[in-house]
Amino acid sequence: MSAVTTPAVAEALEAPPSGPSSPSRASGTTSGTDSGSGHFKPRPKIWLYIVLAVGFVAMIFPFIWMILGSFKTNAEIRANPLGLLPAEPTLDNYTQLFGRLDFTTFFTNSVVVAVCVTLGNIVFSSMVGYALAKLEFRGKKLLFVLVLGTLMVPGVVTFVPLFVLTSNLGLVNSYPGLILPFLITPLGVFLMRQFISGLPDDIIEAARIDGASEWRIFLRVIMPLCGPAVATLTILTFLGSWNNFLWPLVVATSEEKYTLPVALALYSVGQNAAQYGLMMAGAVVVVIPVLLVFIILQRYFVQGIALTGIK
Amino acid sequence: MSATATGRGTRAGRQTLIAWGFAAPFMILFLVFMAGPILASLAMSFTDLTTRDLRTPFNVNIVGLENYVRLFQDERFIHSLLNTGVFVIVGVPLTIVVAMLVALALNTGITKFRTVFRVGYYAPVVTSIVAIAIVWRFILQNDGILNGVLSWVGITGPNWLEDTFWALPSLILMAVWRNIGTLMVIFLAGLQGVPKEHHEAAMVDGANVVQRFFNVTLPAMRPTLLFAAVITGIGFLQFFEEPFVMTRGGPLDATLSSAMYTFNQFGFGNYSYASAASYVLFIAIVLLSLIQFRLLKRED
Repeated sequence: MSAVTTPAVAEALEAPPSGPSSPSRASGTTSGTDSGSGHFKPRPKIWLYIVLAVGFVAMIFPFIWMILGSFKTNAEIRANPLGLLPAEPTLDNYTQLFGRLDFTTFFTNSVVVAVCVTLGNIVFSSMVGYALAKLEFRGKKLLFVLVLGTLMVPGVVTFVPLFVLTSNLGLVNSYPGLILPFLITPLGVFLMRQFISGLPDDIIEAARIDGASEWRIFLRVIMPLCGPAVATLTILTFLGSWNNFLWPLVVATSEEKYTLPVALALYSVGQNAAQYGLMMAGAVVVVIPVLLVFIILQRYFVQGIALTGIK
Repeated sequence: MSATATGRGTRAGRQTLIAWGFAAPFMILFLVFMAGPILASLAMSFTDLTTRDLRTPFNVNIVGLENYVRLFQDERFIHSLLNTGVFVIVGVPLTIVVAMLVALALNTGITKFRTVFRVGYYAPVVTSIVAIAIVWRFILQNDGILNGVLSWVGITGPNWLEDTFWALPSLILMAVWRNIGTLMVIFLAGLQGVPKEHHEAAMVDGANVVQRFFNVTLPAMRPTLLFAAVITGIGFLQFFEEPFVMTRGGPLDATLSSAMYTFNQFGFGNYSYASAASYVLFIAIVLLSLIQFRLLKRED
């Protein structure tokens, strides 16, 4: 079924970015080089700023409220849900989070899983990406169609048999069970293939003439040039793994294997649900690391989206 | 991409071998954890496999289309399809329109705070739904922030997540909030590709901003729009996390999505039945993508 639609999907996927140069153009216009209609009537600009600012506040308000709420006592949140600044800032919520609930373990699990998943994606996606981009071989088209075809398969389709497989392999509630299904993603392959395709053929030909093997070319010539693509892939995969919820929820069956989102979801129901301050602190621990990474490396996100069109 | 034109020479053969060497680790993982499960899921949907049969695979019988027939006789499943349909039909256009407006605003001569705005609008995309749900529950609960703000202007808001009418719109709002950023970035990239000369020519002809948008920008953005509609459609059809963390599909199934229905059946141990439901969703995704290609490609 999927094979029927893939050429069209491939076409659409290739449509928006006009090569690896478009992301830099997209982010490069911050300097305001585009001569918009503002040139003729500068007035509406103020309205634009106001509208954008209102939208901006609406977008980030939940984050602000969450961060400030995590420093409030439960009583204060209940008494004044609309208040923003904490009256008596307290770190109690955080000491409870890491003391009473074992958030250190959950944090470690999240990091271990995310690091392994990210490393796997970088290594395997780069290898296939190189083959698809720069080598001619039998079955290449089929391989590419397979990769693209699975881009649109919903997670729920593979979910049930994947769980049966995992439980038959005895990997339920283990790190391998959490990691193995995510070591490769079609998106990662697609991203690396797109990027490596944009690298000049001359350098590869020159290396071949010098007698370098394909593996040597891959490791010494191609990979050193893949910095930006690897950065994008790293961020996207790490983030995806960090926020991944459904699979760890099913596979991690006991506390010592919970990842942060699983722990947070399971603790935020029942009697804890009313512990607003504590829950906000938990949410902060999950959200803030990725939010910081995102703000620091945001241009790579933009690049990744422009390169593949997918978050 | 040129096909293997070099023929069957040893050099081509060697390259094929090397290339598949590069692809081997990916292929193994792909077959075991992706292609295998996709096919297994299809096969399972024609059986009566449940959680009890995992250790005794010989007890499994082939039942043909029985699971699919049962699905479409199940009112809850039909209801979940309708909910998912509403979610897609309202949510996708809404996300596209809002994201387009933001992208246009950011692209029209804004020079200050461009990066700040972009980061702000994109931030919800990168955050964990579970964490966000905790905050949004507090926003939407009966004595929450939204109703507090509404009371300033004299409106008594409903108990958003407990109300059978308002629960689904609340989740749509949340999903739009979470997805604006992705489309905004895609549209910003697309807007760079709109030829400036066309805009200038239209301006000379006296076209105003709105006319220029519909006659110059929109036609040039067609491929980008198509792409945005397809990926948002695929994402929204799999509507799962919002109801799962916010409402568990309630109240009275008002927010039960098809993906959630599937997950629940999996939870009950009805593996084959869940597989059938997931394939219905898969087919819906393929159909929706085809329809969108048809609609948006027509005028090319």
